[in-house]
Amino acid sequence: MSDELGEERGTAGAPNPYSRRAVALAVVLVPVLAFTLLLASGLGRDPSERPDPVAATPAPAFSLPKLGGGERITSASMRGQVVVVNFWASWCIPCRQEHPALLRAWERYRERGVVFVGVNFEDTEEAALAYAEEQGGDWPLVTDPGSRTAIDFGVFGVPETFVVAPDGTIVAKEIGAVSYEWLITEIDSALRRGGSA
Amino acid sequence: MLLAAAVAVVAIAVVVVAPGDPAPTTIRDRAAAVASGLRCPVCANLSVADSPSALAGEMRREIERRLRAGQTDEAVRAYFVDRYGRWVLLVPEGSGLNLLPLLFPLAALAVGGVSWWALVRRRRPTTTSEPSTRLTEADRARLDRELEGNRR
Repeated sequence: MSDELGEERGTAGAPNPYSRRAVALAVVLVPVLAFTLLLASGLGRDPSERPDPVAATPAPAFSLPKLGGGERITSASMRGQVVVVNFWASWCIPCRQEHPALLRAWERYRERGVVFVGVNFEDTEEAALAYAEEQGGDWPLVTDPGSRTAIDFGVFGVPETFVVAPDGTIVAKEIGAVSYEWLITEIDSALRRGGSA
Repeated sequence: MLLAAAVAVVAIAVVVVAPGDPAPTTIRDRAAAVASGLRCPVCANLSVADSPSALAGEMRREIERRLRAGQTDEAVRAYFVDRYGRWVLLVPEGSGLNLLPLLFPLAALAVGGVSWWALVRRRRPTTTSEPSTRLTEADRARLDRELEGNRR
């Protein structure tokens, strides 16, 4: 019996069972480990982060009625200028926080070929006009019936601000209240891009 | 292994069973189906169909307007993906790297099954009568004696 077993073990040329086992283990463990690492890499991502698919794409065309009545404001009439499109609402607290920065930037750039447009978002006309009166600033304010322009711009909420270069390309986008520094950096960059500075 | 099998069953259910639902035919049903597959930009955790936010309401109207204008469901979805990125899709597209979480458990199940089959096949004795023929005369005489002793 023991001799027979000895013969079986001693078969000449048989592969080493330990190396075969190691290969089998590697075949199983390497893909499992790679898959686990792939899934684990997702843990480091910020779930509240919003994508920015409209960056460097042509700004959507719009033709929106002025708040309080009057002529329409069209994107076509602003072609060749840097346009700051700011989505806002009277009920929006961060909009109030960013308003002084918008005012300062407007005063700085209004004579330099930069246009500001405030697009009122999900609001009543009365509340929006009262807000505009209270906060100040004389850049054009428009309404957005059905939020179609907001959806065209991929707006997640207010405030949200886009800087459009003279060639009509969106060059910057900020979700949430903008700072004065962000505005001058992005507007200067857009002016350089258009050669208007 | 059991976990892989369970995940595989769920993956098969998602891939095979879910598309078996009857396709909506009316514009309103199609709009509801598209809206239920889009994430509300404001709420993030609710679909456009379920969200009470004003923007989701406008998106529902925009979906219906585009469908009435003759656009396909896919074209409407593509419009929202263009504006909000693939983030806006509640169910990831079944292509590219997205297939990996679905296919990996199936592959693991297949590899595990083949390994188990190979292991069982290797350990199975070749014939059942062979061991008895290997008994020497001395062993057989000893076995007979032991059995005889037990019977007493």
